[in-house]
Amino acid sequence: MAKIKINGKELEVDPKKNLLEASISAGFDVPYFCWHPKLGSIGSCRQCAVVKYRDENDKVGRVVMSCMEPASEGSIISTDAPQAVEFRSNVIEALMTNHPHDCPVCDEGGECHLQDMTVMSGHTTRRYEFEKRTHKNQYLGPFINHEMNRCIQCYRCVRYYRDYAGGDDLNVFSSRNRVYFGRANDGVLESEFSGNLVEVCPTGVFTDKTLKKHHTRKWDLTTAPSVCVHCSVGCNTIAGERYGSVRRIYSRYNEQVNGYFLCDRGRFGYEFVNSDQRIKKYIIPAATEGVTKTTAFDFIAKALKGKKIVGIGSPRASLETNFTLKQLVGSENFSIGLSKLDYQLAKLAVDTLKNGSVKSPSLKEVEQSESVFVLGEDVTQTAPMLALAIRQAIKNLVKPKADKAGIPQWNDAPVREVIQSAHGPLHIAAPVATRLDDVATTTYYNAPENIARLGYAVAHYINNKLVLPSGLSEEVKILAGKIAADLMASAKPLVVSGVHCKNEDIIKAASDVATALKEAGKSVSLSLTFEESNSFGVVLIEGKPLEVLFDDAKTAKAEILIVVENDLYRRLSKERVDSCLSQFEQVIVLDHNCTSTTKKATVILPVGTFTEADGTFVNQEGRAQRFYQVFVPESDTAESWRRIAELAKAIEKPVVGESFFDFTKAVANSIPQCKGINGIAPPPDYKIEGQKVPRESHRYSGRTAMKANINVHELKPAEDLDSPMSFTMEGFHGEAPSALTTSYWSPGWNSVQSINKYQIEVGGALHGGDPGLRLVEPVVKGTYYQSIPDAFKVSSKGLVAVPVYKIFGSEELSAKAPAVKERSGEAFVVLSTADAVKQGLKEGETVEISMGNQITSMNVIIMKELAEGLAGISAGYCGVNPELSEVSFKK
Amino acid sequence: MERPLTKNIRPDGKPVFIKEYESLGGYQSVKKALKMQPKEVTELVKKSNLKGRGGAGFNTGLKWSFVPMEGEFEHKYLVANGDEMEPGTFKDRLLIEGDPHQLIEGMIVTAFAIQADEGYIFIRGEYAYAADVVAKALAEAYEAGYLGSNIMKTGYKFNLHLHTSVGRYICGEETALLNSLEGKRANPRAKPPFPQVSGLFGQPTIVNNIETLCNIPHIINNGVEWYNGLSLTPGDGGTKLFGASGKVKKPGLWELPFGVTLRELLEDYAGGMQDGLKFKGCLPGGASTDFLVAEHLDIKMDYASVAAAGSRLGTGTMIVLDDKTCPVGMVLNLEHFFAQESCGFCTPCREGLPWTEKILRKIEEGKGEMKDLDILQFHTKFMGPGNTFCALAPGAMAPLQSALKYFREDFELHIKEHKCSWK
Repeated sequence: MAKIKINGKELEVDPKKNLLEASISAGFDVPYFCWHPKLGSIGSCRQCAVVKYRDENDKVGRVVMSCMEPASEGSIISTDAPQAVEFRSNVIEALMTNHPHDCPVCDEGGECHLQDMTVMSGHTTRRYEFEKRTHKNQYLGPFINHEMNRCIQCYRCVRYYRDYAGGDDLNVFSSRNRVYFGRANDGVLESEFSGNLVEVCPTGVFTDKTLKKHHTRKWDLTTAPSVCVHCSVGCNTIAGERYGSVRRIYSRYNEQVNGYFLCDRGRFGYEFVNSDQRIKKYIIPAATEGVTKTTAFDFIAKALKGKKIVGIGSPRASLETNFTLKQLVGSENFSIGLSKLDYQLAKLAVDTLKNGSVKSPSLKEVEQSESVFVLGEDVTQTAPMLALAIRQAIKNLVKPKADKAGIPQWNDAPVREVIQSAHGPLHIAAPVATRLDDVATTTYYNAPENIARLGYAVAHYINNKLVLPSGLSEEVKILAGKIAADLMASAKPLVVSGVHCKNEDIIKAASDVATALKEAGKSVSLSLTFEESNSFGVVLIEGKPLEVLFDDAKTAKAEILIVVENDLYRRLSKERVDSCLSQFEQVIVLDHNCTSTTKKATVILPVGTFTEADGTFVNQEGRAQRFYQVFVPESDTAESWRRIAELAKAIEKPVVGESFFDFTKAVANSIPQCKGINGIAPPPDYKIEGQKVPRESHRYSGRTAMKANINVHELKPAEDLDSPMSFTMEGFHGEAPSALTTSYWSPGWNSVQSINKYQIEVGGALHGGDPGLRLVEPVVKGTYYQSIPDAFKVSSKGLVAVPVYKIFGSEELSAKAPAVKERSGEAFVVLSTADAVKQGLKEGETVEISMGNQITSMNVIIMKELAEGLAGISAGYCGVNPELSEVSFKK
Repeated sequence: MERPLTKNIRPDGKPVFIKEYESLGGYQSVKKALKMQPKEVTELVKKSNLKGRGGAGFNTGLKWSFVPMEGEFEHKYLVANGDEMEPGTFKDRLLIEGDPHQLIEGMIVTAFAIQADEGYIFIRGEYAYAADVVAKALAEAYEAGYLGSNIMKTGYKFNLHLHTSVGRYICGEETALLNSLEGKRANPRAKPPFPQVSGLFGQPTIVNNIETLCNIPHIINNGVEWYNGLSLTPGDGGTKLFGASGKVKKPGLWELPFGVTLRELLEDYAGGMQDGLKFKGCLPGGASTDFLVAEHLDIKMDYASVAAAGSRLGTGTMIVLDDKTCPVGMVLNLEHFFAQESCGFCTPCREGLPWTEKILRKIEEGKGEMKDLDILQFHTKFMGPGNTFCALAPGAMAPLQSALKYFREDFELHIKEHKCSWK
């Protein structure tokens, strides 16, 4: 630690930080633009000027940029010396010469870092009296709005987009005061992480285009802490609502999980909540009269009386929902809503982490890894933020180059200069080209079986007591040897795999590689991806696979099926689901959006999405995380667990409780692995200074007028018995425990940059620790699977289907959001060059694909990386048979 | 008077190529230096008091001594800075167009001193003819075994490449030059780390001005004493190319000892002012230096004396202002150039220079107000050293701040008369 003095205050700080970080962490307000805790310093904006003194006797000092000065022993600075204050004000004045001052019509207004810094700098009167430069704005796709005139040239966007996120289609053009940040031509921003520009940009150049369509100021949003529902990573989010529709998703800082960022699916996929496909009423298709809640439940009570009921939960529903349904129908009659294969895969992944010796890393730990081996995943498509973390991880081994040259790690440009394009090892084995290939050390494209075999070979070269798969080519052996050597050469290797190849042996091989590394004394971690937001959670809840439940229901002659938040047509083939559903008298579906399954329902009960429900998800790391209801919907929509409990009451079955916390506690008490999940956030009766935590800001406007067209009397606000939060602006307006962060705000800090004020030190952990609870930890001694599959053989029956995932399109809920839909395109089939020639198919051609008995029209994509004999099938796309099998073509 | 730098240059300016160069004693210093220890070469140059001729005037040998000589490096680089975009400056052009092998020879010795294995000659894009000459000379040097993987069969390796700029003033700033050379935006880099430690492609690099490098062979061949003896000023070794442009009788370029006076330069070499014109002031070392005026005519042209007079020797090529040329217009023209050449990286320069230019134009067009002078004065401080990322804006403020000091009445006249009285 270094002893330094800021404004006369003696501090002990990390000498590896710079003086800006030290000042902010110590609570001093120093304005800044170009510096960002994740991007480091470049010294371009000149906003963070302070006065630095040579020693105690130096009373004059000189103006320096605090972001470019190390917090070295004995540093003495003043953040409020007159010459620094004046210079900072002058910098704002200079920046403003070309800024349009269009705050009233700018989407950023009210949460604009430039506004905050302008006020902080004290600049008030403009002396510049000439014309401003103007730019043309670009079309950047459905996610991001571009307004270059507002730009203050802090260079953060390109540094984030290119250097941090690995994109290459956003750049800086031109020079002097015409510097332009955009694309070479109008067009969709290609990065899967473009949405973070909205938060990285200190002003309104890059704004959320989906928010623009129903714009609301930050202070007018009702917001609550949430967890992303669009993949298994479980990024923390803040969802905002006004007038009954969800307006936007912002990232909620969690040092361990997503840090400052989100992927575009997580940020822009939310609009399924506002979809016209939303189920907001009780529906009984056979009913002749209007259905109300009472008549629906009367109908259910009658129809279910004395009947055998089976229930299907869902990996996209909360622990509480799945658990409550299981309670209602009984363990024997409950399915977690996955096909046999998917269940096996998910269970294998959970068991591997539960019973293995290798830790599943948080994303922060992924970022700290040094070498990476990915088996069978295009991580950017299946667990996007994990891919962003891997991009950071591979920088670790080359970072010491900068240390050697005496360059502090925060000094971004020189660090990059020394490192050039070098990076640590990243080895990728996947069926198709992946979006991390640009930074891959080696890539191996092959069939899932062969990927598993490569994995086992790597395990063998790490631990030669393990079996080397027979019949490997020299080339593969050399590759495996190189991968093993690279993993062994680093202290912190990371193995990444998951369920998305639909191949158990890949997960087992990945586990064996990780276990071998662990035994070799490495600080190894194993990150496994799952398909959905709560896949990990439902495996802990346990239940039958769908096929088994249906078979058993048939034998037991069960008459009633309850399906909760699950579209069975995404799990099994149409033929099978049709026939299975037809065996029931009643199919009761609880869901929030219309699906193929709701079309077959005899009763539909409306339930809430993540924004209208409280719940707990378990992410791919095994971290239980709480998400909270954002607003009270006008329609009769309730959480699924509440609806199931109501249903149980209607048929006089015992229920576990009334409020959310009863259900959470029941899960925690009944499922050993879920012990403690009731403690991940304060209980509903928690209060600060006798008050709840408000979901609305102290500046929330229109409260008494919003519903005046309906009733001039202000309605009594809804009460929240389920959480320690209020639905209104009443409550404690200060920093709440980290799990209850409804919004980031601090006096003078209205933008997301106010996160600084919630962290122990800038860029670090939140006060009181980052929320969430890890449910699985590794055991001391792991075991090997050693289940080596035979090599892939080209089938004479047809091409073998492998699922291919797309960040936009493969995931069920986000695919209903218009902006994501615009990016997802139609179902496709990927063919190797050789097979395309054999089939006489051309790129872009539409072809009828037959899998099982299901025929789907697909666009042909030809990819030289795909192995012959395989057909990559767009997973999760509309009309695609989820039961993959041999593929044949019908032209 | 000895003129080592220009001794080979023909009156018609036609280049001296290898045969003739060798016959004039060329490449002797390479033979000599390769028999020395690299550190001895550096030490010799340090003692010679050779100072960087690009404008900063930093001791060249001292600069070299910061290159790490221990440890493994992928490469070490030597870069010759021939960007020469300083307005009023044309000295490097003469050296490379007239005597290209002198530069190559100097670079081989320099590369040896810092143990560089790769080198680049970075030439201003508009110097197309110079580039042709250098390209031909490089080919000759390779052919003759002065460059390549086994220089003069000593086993020493040095490859030298030509790179022509696409024409940005900021490329003359050594770190922006390196970025440009790497194919990146020509933005200057933060210092530290200095290029000596992390330069081109992150490797140890020396960037020297072309004129600086041309001095090296003569120091090696003739020694420190001889070299220091060339100068009239103790502390500044060697000769300097001095130039004059503007309305003088004989604009031109002369190799002279340090310590000639400004008056000698103006009157003896440049032939004095054109008939009917009076000397009003000059920018002694290019556009980014402060004005000197009549009271300074007897100062010595060396680094310390010019600095003491409140300006910089810079490139040593002065731009002369006469009494019939509008000083406001001249400064406007300069600030227009600097505003245009700002790379756009840091706020004061990117926003401040265009603002300055606009105010000057307003004054020149007769629309100025007295408060504008205060804003101009403010900008000279706002863009002062330390406040900006590199030296471009502080350099741009030099002629403005000195013009406001020496020619303030001319600015005020514009404002009072609502017009430019020179038009």
